[in-house]
Amino acid sequence: MATLNRKLLRDLWRLKSQVLAIASVIACGFAIVAMTFGAMESLRTTRDAYYEEYRFAHVFSHLKRAPLLVATEVGRIPGVAAWDARITHYAALDLPGRPEPSAAELISIPDTGQPRLNRLVLRAGRLPLRGRNELVMSENMASALGYKPGQKLGVILGGKKQPFTLVGIALSPEFVYVLAPGQLMPDDKAFGVIWMDRSILEAGYDLIGAFNDLNVMLAPGVSEQDVISRLDRMLARYGGNAAYGRVDQTSHAFIDQELAQLNTIALVIPPIFLAVAAFLIHMVLSRLIDIERPYIGLLKSFGYTNWEVGGHYLKASLLITLVGVLGGACIGLALGQWMTTMYQRYFHFPFLHYQIDYAVFALAAIGSFVAAITGAQRPVSRAMKTSPASAMAPPTPPVYHATLFDRIGVVRHATMPTQMIFRHMVRWPWRTGFTSLGVAMAAMLLVCLFFFFDAVDALVEDFYFQSNRQDIVISLSEQGSDRARYEVANLPGMRRVEPVLTVAARVSREQLEQRLGLQGIEPGTQLRVFREKAGNPFTLPAQGIVISDQLARLIQAHVGDRLYVEFLEGSRRTVPLTVAGITAEQVGVSAYMDRKELAGLVGAPGSAASFDGLVDHRALPSLLRHLKDIPAVVAVSTREQAITSLREVMAKSMTIVIDFYIGLGAVIALGVVYNAARVALSERSHELATLRVLGFTRGEVSYVLLGEIALLVIAALPLGCVMGTGLAWGMSQAMQTKLFRVPFVVTPATFGIGMSVVLLSAVVSLLIVAWRIGRLDLIAVLKTRE
Amino acid sequence: MASVAFHVSGLTKVYRSGEVDVHALRGIELEILESEMLVLLGPSGSGKSTFLNILGGLDRPTHGSIIFRDHDLGAMNDRDLTLYRRDHVGFVFQFYNLIPGLTALENVALVTEIAARPMRPEDALAVVGLKDRMHHFPAQLSGGEQQRVAVARAVAKRPDILLCDEPTGALDSPTGITVLEAIEQINAELKTTAVIITHNASIANMGDRVVSFADGGIAQIAGHDKRLPASSLHW
Repeated sequence: MATLNRKLLRDLWRLKSQVLAIASVIACGFAIVAMTFGAMESLRTTRDAYYEEYRFAHVFSHLKRAPLLVATEVGRIPGVAAWDARITHYAALDLPGRPEPSAAELISIPDTGQPRLNRLVLRAGRLPLRGRNELVMSENMASALGYKPGQKLGVILGGKKQPFTLVGIALSPEFVYVLAPGQLMPDDKAFGVIWMDRSILEAGYDLIGAFNDLNVMLAPGVSEQDVISRLDRMLARYGGNAAYGRVDQTSHAFIDQELAQLNTIALVIPPIFLAVAAFLIHMVLSRLIDIERPYIGLLKSFGYTNWEVGGHYLKASLLITLVGVLGGACIGLALGQWMTTMYQRYFHFPFLHYQIDYAVFALAAIGSFVAAITGAQRPVSRAMKTSPASAMAPPTPPVYHATLFDRIGVVRHATMPTQMIFRHMVRWPWRTGFTSLGVAMAAMLLVCLFFFFDAVDALVEDFYFQSNRQDIVISLSEQGSDRARYEVANLPGMRRVEPVLTVAARVSREQLEQRLGLQGIEPGTQLRVFREKAGNPFTLPAQGIVISDQLARLIQAHVGDRLYVEFLEGSRRTVPLTVAGITAEQVGVSAYMDRKELAGLVGAPGSAASFDGLVDHRALPSLLRHLKDIPAVVAVSTREQAITSLREVMAKSMTIVIDFYIGLGAVIALGVVYNAARVALSERSHELATLRVLGFTRGEVSYVLLGEIALLVIAALPLGCVMGTGLAWGMSQAMQTKLFRVPFVVTPATFGIGMSVVLLSAVVSLLIVAWRIGRLDLIAVLKTRE
Repeated sequence: MASVAFHVSGLTKVYRSGEVDVHALRGIELEILESEMLVLLGPSGSGKSTFLNILGGLDRPTHGSIIFRDHDLGAMNDRDLTLYRRDHVGFVFQFYNLIPGLTALENVALVTEIAARPMRPEDALAVVGLKDRMHHFPAQLSGGEQQRVAVARAVAKRPDILLCDEPTGALDSPTGITVLEAIEQINAELKTTAVIITHNASIANMGDRVVSFADGGIAQIAGHDKRLPASSLHW
């Protein structure tokens, strides 16, 4: 090994704690890239392989009822590679030992076994036998309930409770993410998917020789839109709702959303770490080069070229980065694997392999080295430019000037050490600024990350308390009449009931259109609140349509615009409606109108698809038991239960994430503060030792050095909060999806946590350096030439 | 008569220190002969070190010319000066300037690795009598030993010129003499031109000529008929 390289290694070893601090910052950035891109890649390739192997359909259509012959005709549409006509229905379940209502989407499978599309992955047991009351349950529900094959349960089929035996547990590419209609988060005990023999469902729903749900697989290169249009024309007279592609399929849309959010994180967070790392490398290398100025001169006097000398120091920064990159790769791999197992909680894949995308690793490594070179560039070029003679001479004392601070009375009358602090800060304004900025970045990161918890709280508050005030939503399997309303209203503990009619519809304005469930709301509703963007509530008008702000954005509609609403069931008419109001909502894409008006337009057989209710909480358990026994009730969700399960999921998945992110913030704060303090100590040890010789106490001397850094940290905190708020705003914008808006709310608690973590890290770093000041060797320091 | 190694004429150097201009050299005229041992005397700030730096290609004159053999040092760019130092010059400094993170042997190897026809680092250390201490780090060596490592480092490349800036300034008399002996030996055996800066008038006795500096100029040049050996010096 060349002697110069040996020197390099020994130098880095001597500076190991600083090297480690910088390498940790780089490692964090690299790990996030490795983790997020790894998770993205894993999700994407697993999803694609799963879809391919288990023949996930491309186009989906739901209809009222059509003879099976129609499906054969669908098969003749050019571009249709395969089709599967089946029966699906939501149904309430009677689960032994569970007082709360549960529901499932029932799906028929052919008596020949596996369906042609959306094939099942049997995880346990077998498929149902022909004509038997046997079922296969989705794995999410079965494992949440602890069910094994052989379990008995009841299913309310066509209004009648029937006994069934669970014979198999399965996964399906159609239900990678299982979400009950109208819910924010999965609740695996309350909702699942059940497959059973076709003949059972034919009998239960009076669909012998018919189907009400059609899946289509397209041949490669076929226009999805063309097939959808033909399908819609063909199925219209069978009560077909508008067909839709994968983009609108719930499970697929959620995976897409997750991928998009991972992408945002991967692109926004790591550059922050690289910027901090570049700054730290700049700071430490500058100091190293200052210390080694005589040796630089020496090397040049031996005849080493500028490039050889510059390269020597550049190598130092690259080596530090290499340590960080290697560490980051290890952490990233571990975290990626951990994240992959996390995904197994949300997404139900039969296999989920952590994929290592070497190209991403290479790219992240290049990014890290570029950051290192950027940070090293100025100090290295200074080393190169240093003339050998001036490097050999003792450095001229830095030029201090009386500063603005000196004219401020407080400072002028301050003690000498305090004046030294201010002079030093002003003497190196860039370093002062960047040190503060680096610490601020730690606070920024923490504020931005904890903002997500504020956002979820705000989302819950908005969705479950502000926009919707009902304690319970009771969904019916078929549209119910007014009689059903009185039945429900008379249940124990029911304080108020408002029927809601939901009709599948396509809302369009000029070329823009959106499919949704148009909700008919009771006039004078007390359970639904419509609010303008500014927060002022308004009442639902008798005529016209109220749309959510997200829908308004999607179809670019304003109050007073005329929209065309095509009902996809019932009358199937297309009617013009005027936008009477735009209501601010954080979740979903929705539209509302007067319930009776809607029922009239659509010619609905019933006047309600669900009921919103206010409940006396003491009576809730008995109410749930009663609801379980009403055959028409297919699903019941209570606010309490929904919020509890949402919080459970958050708690399970987020605790590790929180620890990790607190760690990230702390690494940055530690890295910056520790390095700033060490560099200052090395720079000023002569000065500090002189003070000690003059009779200053250890505490007084520490104050000169650490007081300055403490001041910078304190200045950085509000800056970090402001920057964090800005970043949070950016993230809330970048993470908007069709399904969710991330509300922009940052609470004082978030600022508090961010600042506390930074302060704590700073205190730890300063204590370590204070301990070093205590060990300062006065004589040795004074004897050195500098 | 030996040939001329350096031909210096009208050499002037002005540099800025902090916020003031310093006239370090004012029109130096001098010839230095091949394999001569020249001693530079003079008080602090008289310009000796600046002159030595220019001789060694560490610094460039503001005016005037300095010719080494047939190379005009004043006209050389950075790259050429680097090559000049690499091929021709060895330095010894008052404070040794060893790199603390490298052993004695490695400090010498640092130079031999880039030199054209170097000695083996072990041999260079043997010349200064430190062969058995070569794996020690600078902090494990005495001041005299450190300076002898510095001398070994300077001569290991077999330089044409050996420039020594107060080589004994930080050493006591017996230790200083061992260092001077090493320099003397190299001057004699390798025919290396040696220029030694010192404050110490008794060291002047070992030179062929003594040049006294004052206020940036040469005050006096004295020749010795007979050089005294380093071992006979004391202070």
